[in-house]
Amino acid sequence: MIAALIHWLDERLQLDGLIAPLRHKTVPTHRLSYWYFFGGITLFLFIIQVLTGILLLLYYRPGANEAFESVQYIMTRVQFGWLIRSIHSWSANLMIFTAFVHMFSVVFLKAYRKPRELTWVTGMLLLFLVMGFGFSGYLLPWNTLAFFATKVGTEIAGQVPFIGKPIMIFLRGGEEVTGATLTRFFGFHVAVLPGIVTVLIAIHLFLVQRLGMSVPPKVEAAWEANPAARREMKFFPNFMLRELMAWYVAIGALGALAALFPWELGVKADPFVSAPAGIKPEWYFLFMFQTLKIIPSKVWLFDGEVLGVLGCSLAGMLWMLLPFFEGDRSARIKAWFTGLSIFALVYVIGMSIYGYVAN
Amino acid sequence: MAMLQINLRPRALRSACLAGLLALAACLGYGQAVNSCLDCHSAQPGRLEVTPEKFSQDIHAQKGLTCTSCHGGDASSYDPEQAMSRKAGWKGKVDRKQIPQLCGSCHANPAFMRTYNPSLRTDQLDQYHTSVHGKRLATGDTKVAVCTDCHSVHDLRPPSDPRSTVNPVNVAKTCSRCHSDASYMKQYGIPTDQFANYSTSVHHDALAVRGDLSAPTCTTCHGNHGAVPPGVDKVQNVCANCHVFQAQMYQKSTHSKAFQDKGLPGCVVCHTNHGIHLPSDAMLGTGPQGVCMRCHAPGDHCDRARATIQGNLTQLDQSIKDADQALRLAESAGMEVSEARLSQDQARDALTKARVTIHSFQAALVNQDIQAGMKIAAANQKAGKDAMVERNHRRIGLGICLIAIAFMLVGLWLYIKKLES
Repeated sequence: MIAALIHWLDERLQLDGLIAPLRHKTVPTHRLSYWYFFGGITLFLFIIQVLTGILLLLYYRPGANEAFESVQYIMTRVQFGWLIRSIHSWSANLMIFTAFVHMFSVVFLKAYRKPRELTWVTGMLLLFLVMGFGFSGYLLPWNTLAFFATKVGTEIAGQVPFIGKPIMIFLRGGEEVTGATLTRFFGFHVAVLPGIVTVLIAIHLFLVQRLGMSVPPKVEAAWEANPAARREMKFFPNFMLRELMAWYVAIGALGALAALFPWELGVKADPFVSAPAGIKPEWYFLFMFQTLKIIPSKVWLFDGEVLGVLGCSLAGMLWMLLPFFEGDRSARIKAWFTGLSIFALVYVIGMSIYGYVAN
Repeated sequence: MAMLQINLRPRALRSACLAGLLALAACLGYGQAVNSCLDCHSAQPGRLEVTPEKFSQDIHAQKGLTCTSCHGGDASSYDPEQAMSRKAGWKGKVDRKQIPQLCGSCHANPAFMRTYNPSLRTDQLDQYHTSVHGKRLATGDTKVAVCTDCHSVHDLRPPSDPRSTVNPVNVAKTCSRCHSDASYMKQYGIPTDQFANYSTSVHHDALAVRGDLSAPTCTTCHGNHGAVPPGVDKVQNVCANCHVFQAQMYQKSTHSKAFQDKGLPGCVVCHTNHGIHLPSDAMLGTGPQGVCMRCHAPGDHCDRARATIQGNLTQLDQSIKDADQALRLAESAGMEVSEARLSQDQARDALTKARVTIHSFQAALVNQDIQAGMKIAAANQKAGKDAMVERNHRRIGLGICLIAIAFMLVGLWLYIKKLES
């Protein structure tokens, strides 16, 4: 029956021709191959985000007077609403985590080197946009923590010289965080960002498909010295089935997190109360937040916070252009880049932990 | 530069410099009126000392009044004979008996006061004449309070200023300066423990500790300029200014007439006057805090009603605590019960309302509020328990899903092995 249906479709759409490249695609097999799975897991979590996001849209109402109540309704009245919202929130966090893991695995496996510079750049852009998803989505339940986190976050954006203030007003939809900000963030979260991300994912996947999987330099050198040692597996079905296993593990982890630790709703935002003591942003912004906190208020003639915001922006920009700086330089220089990458990883983890435990 | 090189003889130069200095002195002193009173009194010892710094804090000085406005005299003269001459209208130290009249010469004049502050009352002097202080002063008792005793003098601040002696937060302390002084009050034969009692009261706690300026202080119940002790039969009217519902219930109750007949001072019988503590359900009990059994006999109709009301209140209080506990447990398990949490406030409101309804002294009326609260608390407790049942269902569902996923993983792994063998 299914075979007949596939045959019927194949006659009309020439499906075989479409999936032929997948049949020929291979994935290098070596002791570090498992890092290849993280890109796929991130994509899977993004798909989960889209699906659960669409379901949440059926009940969510953007607006300062309705947002909190609608999420409360989803959590308490809608059948399995708690599950959908908890999975949406947990998978958002897991997606950002796996995106970071994927990014650092690409860095340490030197997968960004020629000819994959554009894959890296699109990946970095996707990481920034995914963090934008997190920032905009965090406000949508309109609870106290989200309200003040958005206030602090947009204030930080406002620190950028010259363009900071207009950016802040654009993000907030006015001078203050209000219902206008919520509507705006909702628009970014469900329309603007998904549109851009979908296009970038398509480009990213096309580049991965076109250029194939990168092999770490040491493994590549070993294989060139001994071509008989080269190992590969078919993308379809061998790698795909393994990826499917990873997706099952991811969905199991998501289900467990959602059932054991349902995402809390908090208290409805009240713009007239003072900010809760020791307010912190989401964990993926903590390393930047803590960096800004430890910079003195005045560094020589410059405002410390402005300097910190500019420094973080510049570091992010330079990080995105990493492959172009490294290029075909000597092994010694490349070792320096590896050292820099290790420092970046230690810094991000260290500052995040410091930010988490600091008062 | 050549233009500035003017040849002057030394004598002419000295004259020019002197003229310049005089002009500078005149310019610096411009606009500052001479006040010989302050110049001398800032160097006087003890009570005669009034410094410009102190007087500048006074609302009258800020409005442009000077020493002569009250004391007369000529402040422009540094000759004591002239400055304090009767011819110049100098009155000297104002006699205590004359102080209310002196202050009233402006403050009881609406046309004059309107030029400074149209919203300021001008009946203080009239009120003062009706007060115990005013009446005693009229009989020649100069120990009683006059305007300056409460408002201070020479650094008198408006009541809205937190440093003012008559700011609501400071009023009790100001009254206590005389009323807590046992030797000063000895001749009047009234207690001197009012401030000590008030300091332990719920009203003092609200006003001085929590900063609630609407909470009562001495003047709220006794009046300020027309201060008198409220009459025994008028106490409930004083309390009713704030405790409206309690007063309405009390007025309709059997206690109202009974207390009136016996000449008992209403609210004060159970709650005392200055040292009013936060009421508790124990006041309905038979223990040391109980008030009912001071008049009622054990086992009579009223005692039974008391026991019923106290029992119901305790039951509702416990139900609310149980519901809180159930909701806390559900919350700690990550369950969303914020609606029930919010609804708990309604149950607490019902308990508060029941405690107000006690003043009707009718068990049936109190029970109506109790039952309304019990219904809400029971529903909220159920919501907490249901949330825990739901949590267990989720965990069972999770277990089944994880087993299914484990089976899928094993199946996939075996399939991959088979495919690659």
